[in-house]
Amino acid sequence: MAEHAHGDHGHHELPFWQKYVFSTDHKVIGIQYAVTALFFLLFGFCLMMMMRWQLAYPGQPMPWIGTLFSAVNMPEGIMVPEFYNQLGAMHGTIMVFLGVVPLAVGGFGNYVLPLQIGAPDMAFPKLNMASYWVFYVGGVIMLASFFVPEGAAQSGWTSYPPLAVIAPTGQTWWLWGMVALITSSLLGSVNFIVTTVQMRAEGLSFFRLPFFVWAQFVTAFLLLLAFPPLEAAGVMQLMDRIAGTSFFMPSGLVVTGQALDVSGGGSPLLWQHLFWFLAHPEVYVLILPAMGIVGEIVANNTRRPLWGYRTLVYSIVFLGFMSFIVWAHHMFMTGMGTTISTFFQATTMIISIPSVIILTAFALSLHGGSIRFTVPMLFCLAFIPMFAIGGLTGLPLGLTASDLHLHDTYYVIGHFHYVVAPGTIFALFAGIYYWFPKATGRMMNDALGKLHFWTSLIFMNGVFMPMMFVGMAGVSRRLYDQTQYAYGAQVQGLTAMSSWSAWLLGLAQIFFIVNFFWSMRKGKKVESDNPWQATTLEWATPTPPPHGNFKDTPRVCRGPYEYSVPGASSDFIPQHASDNGQVDQPESEPAPTPADDD
Amino acid sequence: MAESAEEIRKHVRVYILVFAALAVLTVVTVGVSYLKIESVAATVLIALFIASIKGGLVAGYFMHLVSEKQIIFWVLALTVVFFAALMLLPSVTEFSGVGELEGQV
Amino acid sequence: MSVEEIPHTVEPHPITGVYNGKFGIWLFLASEVMLFGALFSTLVLLRVGAPSWPQGSELLNVPLATLNTFVLIASSVTMVMSWASLKMDNFGRFKLYLGLTVLLAFVFLVIKYFEYTHKFHLGIFPSTSTFYATYFTMTGLHGLHVVGGIIVNLYLLFPGSKLWHTAPEQFANRIECAGLYWHFVDLVWIFLFPILYLL
Repeated sequence: MAEHAHGDHGHHELPFWQKYVFSTDHKVIGIQYAVTALFFLLFGFCLMMMMRWQLAYPGQPMPWIGTLFSAVNMPEGIMVPEFYNQLGAMHGTIMVFLGVVPLAVGGFGNYVLPLQIGAPDMAFPKLNMASYWVFYVGGVIMLASFFVPEGAAQSGWTSYPPLAVIAPTGQTWWLWGMVALITSSLLGSVNFIVTTVQMRAEGLSFFRLPFFVWAQFVTAFLLLLAFPPLEAAGVMQLMDRIAGTSFFMPSGLVVTGQALDVSGGGSPLLWQHLFWFLAHPEVYVLILPAMGIVGEIVANNTRRPLWGYRTLVYSIVFLGFMSFIVWAHHMFMTGMGTTISTFFQATTMIISIPSVIILTAFALSLHGGSIRFTVPMLFCLAFIPMFAIGGLTGLPLGLTASDLHLHDTYYVIGHFHYVVAPGTIFALFAGIYYWFPKATGRMMNDALGKLHFWTSLIFMNGVFMPMMFVGMAGVSRRLYDQTQYAYGAQVQGLTAMSSWSAWLLGLAQIFFIVNFFWSMRKGKKVESDNPWQATTLEWATPTPPPHGNFKDTPRVCRGPYEYSVPGASSDFIPQHASDNGQVDQPESEPAPTPADDD
Repeated sequence: MAESAEEIRKHVRVYILVFAALAVLTVVTVGVSYLKIESVAATVLIALFIASIKGGLVAGYFMHLVSEKQIIFWVLALTVVFFAALMLLPSVTEFSGVGELEGQV
Repeated sequence: MSVEEIPHTVEPHPITGVYNGKFGIWLFLASEVMLFGALFSTLVLLRVGAPSWPQGSELLNVPLATLNTFVLIASSVTMVMSWASLKMDNFGRFKLYLGLTVLLAFVFLVIKYFEYTHKFHLGIFPSTSTFYATYFTMTGLHGLHVVGGIIVNLYLLFPGSKLWHTAPEQFANRIECAGLYWHFVDLVWIFLFPILYLL
């Protein structure tokens, strides 16, 4: 899409399906990933908006929308519990594995990383294409699972056995979908690591890499080494479901008065361990790329170097490393015993240190800068306190004593959504506003962007802040109707407030959707290849970058964030500017006027 | 990369030797298992020890790890650390008392 | 874009000293270590937690598995020999050795097939007990890796080998990467064999 502007670079024209569908160009693949992921984000969000009706008005028919569904799922517009469970499980799965990660890693990583390191493409372009299409197949399997008998997976996004093993067919589809998604991210992560190590431009040492590249690099290692145990666990759960094995099925299990006919001897806890061995690093897969994006945009819009670049890099590496040994803090309630709980409690407290360092460094970067309040910067400025709320509310969950009360309540939901929704997703929005001009040659509309930002900020907090209180009141996270309990009925008003905020948040996204498509065709054209006056290499390419990216392979002479260098002729010095600090680049600066495309 | 044909010929001799060693060690593994050693720990340790030597030979010579570049070792070292974390998993779960829970059912 | 434009596809990176493919395949193997690691970890956990656990040698066919071990080791040798033949510029011998590798891989699968069907005839399935669950799952997943190796090697033996005439260095690299994978499959079996069959 929006890439029809490079007929004049001497490449013979590829047929449409090779250029846009089965493309090996990292930029096209990045855009494919991003668009698919945005679709899934919207879809997952719609699932949640439907659940919010049941939560706000339990047992009441859903107006208009309720009539669209079959009598099995919503008789007379009233959502049945089984359907509610499907929506919940699939909301989590879709948002994490088909929305945020593909957008942050598959989308931004693919598009930006090779540009930022001055590479012509990823190291294995065909593998990159395969990675996208395997991801796509996984997504289709997940969507199709809604239409199998008894519907999609309904055991939560964590799919804990024994429940998940005895659940209807949809769970098997979920597992096959996960196998595809894991394979896809495995292919992607190998590609990212090799590209980063082997294909950096001349002079681009590791400590001259933009922070975003570091974030993606660490993320790729997490994906590479943490996902396979879940794949193994997925295979075992498939065996449990299809071949009737008992990896996760204990002996003597009784379901609705009937003893289950399994050999037994398995361990349900084993699944939890294997699942969280992936899923905790996965949390950092969700957050690290977001931090990378924020780093880029903060430096660019404060016109100052990032505060403590090396500290940031060491912190993010340490964060990645530690994320492998905190997994059991999701399992304090399984009765692990105090020794093990204390160990994981300690590692959990330790892992909060680098997160705090990173946030502090971002906040300190603002100090003394001449901040440009552009739309991407607004989202980043909101990211910092929102992620801080998410992080700080995590501490009581990491301490065993307070976790006993808060475990599996809406407090947990509020906590991790603060990390991922106004945290990561805000950073992803920032990234879209920031790199949109590079990908399309047009700026996104500023007024619509600001409207989108302010409404999203208000309603995000409206959704998640009440959940903290609902959770502290004791309402369990997967409850279908909290008014059945006196303690739940007390806080029903707050739950309704969350719901209304969620629907308004949905409306607020219309600003973004309109802006996205309108700007693609009618947005203000960029005047130079570097509209934000940024230092990193992706802005040294023609706009939009042609196949093969750079006209001349860039040579890097300096660090990533040389803003406001005393004595320099302008307030930024691009990484590829030669040693005398000359900003204008004789060989790569005169922008080729892109062929008109509308 | 620029290994001469002469060096490759030397390699080939090593491959044959490694093949012989692997074959002998396989026989030893099976042989030891027929000895019926009393101690379970000893049986497991011996079997894993022999398997590790065989694995080492395959990785070292067939996969050329003996003369591999540093970066590969860094990747493997990292994997070993996380592999060790993964191997902690049974002990973590054991402490959690799965056994007792099952006993009660 | 043609593959040649991507740096270090063939010639090693000056600092890391490896070409892209080799680095990539090692990363892939690292993730495979974690995949099989999780299964080994599971086996240990279930075994330690179980009230009783059968002796593998009493239930499984040790002679057949020993034979299979030899087959797989032999195929590893022929694999590495095929690479060495390329390095010595002997394309004919390369084809012979790689063909042998594929053949041995098929022999391995056929023996495995007899083992499996024999169990099924006796009415033994993965659902019979947790021991058989681990046995079938681990050997099954390993078997899938063997199948994957056969597909890759067959590709490199027939359509893929044309590359030798245009880019011999790159083709030798591909064989080396395929070999690394194949040796890893062998290596996994070296651990599976004593753990499942003998302990």
